[in-house]
Amino acid sequence: MSLRNVGIVYRKELVDSLRDRRTVISMIVVPLLVMPLLTIGMGILSMTLLGLAMKEIPEVMILGGEDSPHVTEQLREMKDLRVIPTKPDYADEITNKQIRAAVEIPQGFEAKLAAGEPSTVHIYMYEGELKSGFGAERLQKFFRELRDRTIREHLEARQLPDSLASPFVIVEKNVAPPEKVGGAILGGLVPYFVILLCLTGAMYPAMDLTAGEKERGTIETILCSPVTRTHLVFGKFLMVLTASIVTAVLAVAAMAVSFGAGKSLLLNAMGGAADPALQISVTGKAIFSIFFIVLPLAVFFSAALLALSLFAKSFKEAQSYISPLMIVLVVPAVASILPGVELTPALALVPVLNTSLVSKEIITGTYHWGMIALIFLSSSAYAGAALAIAVKLFQREDVLFRS
Amino acid sequence: MIKAHQLVKRFRDKKRGAVCAVDGVSFSCRPGEIYGLLGANGAGKTTTLRILATILAPTEGTAVVAGFDVAKDPQLVRSRVGFLSTATALYGRLTAREMVEYFGRLHGLDEPTLRRRIDEIFTRLEMNDFRDRRCDKLSTGMKQKVSIARTLVHDPSVMIFDEPTLGLDVMAARTIVNFIRECRDNGKTVVLSTHVMSEVEKLCDHIGIIHGGKLLAEGTLSDLRARFGIHDLEELFVKVVEP
Repeated sequence: MSLRNVGIVYRKELVDSLRDRRTVISMIVVPLLVMPLLTIGMGILSMTLLGLAMKEIPEVMILGGEDSPHVTEQLREMKDLRVIPTKPDYADEITNKQIRAAVEIPQGFEAKLAAGEPSTVHIYMYEGELKSGFGAERLQKFFRELRDRTIREHLEARQLPDSLASPFVIVEKNVAPPEKVGGAILGGLVPYFVILLCLTGAMYPAMDLTAGEKERGTIETILCSPVTRTHLVFGKFLMVLTASIVTAVLAVAAMAVSFGAGKSLLLNAMGGAADPALQISVTGKAIFSIFFIVLPLAVFFSAALLALSLFAKSFKEAQSYISPLMIVLVVPAVASILPGVELTPALALVPVLNTSLVSKEIITGTYHWGMIALIFLSSSAYAGAALAIAVKLFQREDVLFRS
Repeated sequence: MIKAHQLVKRFRDKKRGAVCAVDGVSFSCRPGEIYGLLGANGAGKTTTLRILATILAPTEGTAVVAGFDVAKDPQLVRSRVGFLSTATALYGRLTAREMVEYFGRLHGLDEPTLRRRIDEIFTRLEMNDFRDRRCDKLSTGMKQKVSIARTLVHDPSVMIFDEPTLGLDVMAARTIVNFIRECRDNGKTVVLSTHVMSEVEKLCDHIGIIHGGKLLAEGTLSDLRARFGIHDLEELFVKVVEP
């Protein structure tokens, strides 16, 4: 193989692609903008919205309770709740978000409390609605405290110790290192983004360099030059691979920077309370290992997209082939994030899913070298097969001159 | 020199089934001559020329171009051929100079030779004013000049033109016609396909009338006129393809 000719084709494709606004956007602008927007932007937005929701004083209704004046009075005096007059259609009001929750106090509630008889307090809310949840949570807190106070009063009256109500406490303690905890929670996202961006980065140049050439009529121009079709496909493939890798590298760099910035912003907003998800710390070794394992996958994506796009007569047709492929390839990447999906020797042979799963393990600091080798080899085999198909298709007249 | 012998090209078409685009075409063209393939749309002109330029492989038959077999040594053939057609577009995002440089490098020219060739061609074709302008910003005439420069950069001994003036205005077409004549005068072997009768009359030393993939008549213009007893080329053409 003449490396000189491959190099000439690659250099030309690189110059050509870097002058194409759409390629530059997909290769450079998207990863540099999308990642900070996803991490910092979405983080700030969700924290702001959460803060606003928490600051809101929820309006609630009291149903019944006419014979429990002290309890209803205490509820009305609460500063973080606003009790509004009762209406019969309280359920509709909650559903329509006009009030956040309602509490039903049973008949003779205070009398039963004093007598030590059991009773049930119902709290009505909109399941899954954030602000309704806050309203219900405040009502629950009030009644939990009332219950604890009542128990203590009963124990005191009988001269019994408080500890009788809670003879022991339960404390959960994490023993896993913070990076493993963070990795287990968020670790799947990093390889997911790397894999997704390897694919999206390769997509546009693959279509432009094949179907785009057919559409613009330059395919015949290049075919009448002495460069062999194998050299041509290798030059084009290297350009698509470059775009794929550059997109992924920029995305990871942008993600690392914006995650670091976003983490301190979120920690400040939370008053320093460290959520385990925020304790994720990805080492340089992990990043390098992920790129090493993702490399054959990038080769596979680049060659597969090149072959598929070459089949299309036009850019538009190539898009219609590639869009469903994107869904097919993203499914295994997403599957690795699902709880309970663990790396096994059989799954190590499933393309995309294997890389995603092993990357997730690498993020948490676990290196199963046997599996890593198996995955690298199987991914390389798939990549080689895709590249061989792309080369083969470039030799076929019915594909090159499909009309 | 071009020698085509019993060239056949068959392919499968979804709508039409098995199609024989070229059916036993034989002809030859010597250096310093222009051979014109005259035919209607779909006659098999483009397929024949694509076989000679090694863009397509023949199903049967052989062709020797510049001393090399198109099936056995396609790369050597391509390095000695300049192919120009309306389907050979330019890379819009490259400049005129980059476009010609790219093809020069693919033809194996070293950098000093390439620079010298580009300077010569750009001066001869009066292209220096737009040498660093992107091809997608050029006028049709300028684009034609870049295409000509692209075909000439490696100084090929054989030139193949597939309907070279199709869709061009009078001035751009004149540039091409003059260029084809110049190629012949410089001793190159020239094959051209067209359905424009005036172009054939102006340029071609030998004419082959092709229809339905078959070469139906061949000879010099005066030979054909004498053989069919018709002076007007258009009438002669109709007589040959619709006997």
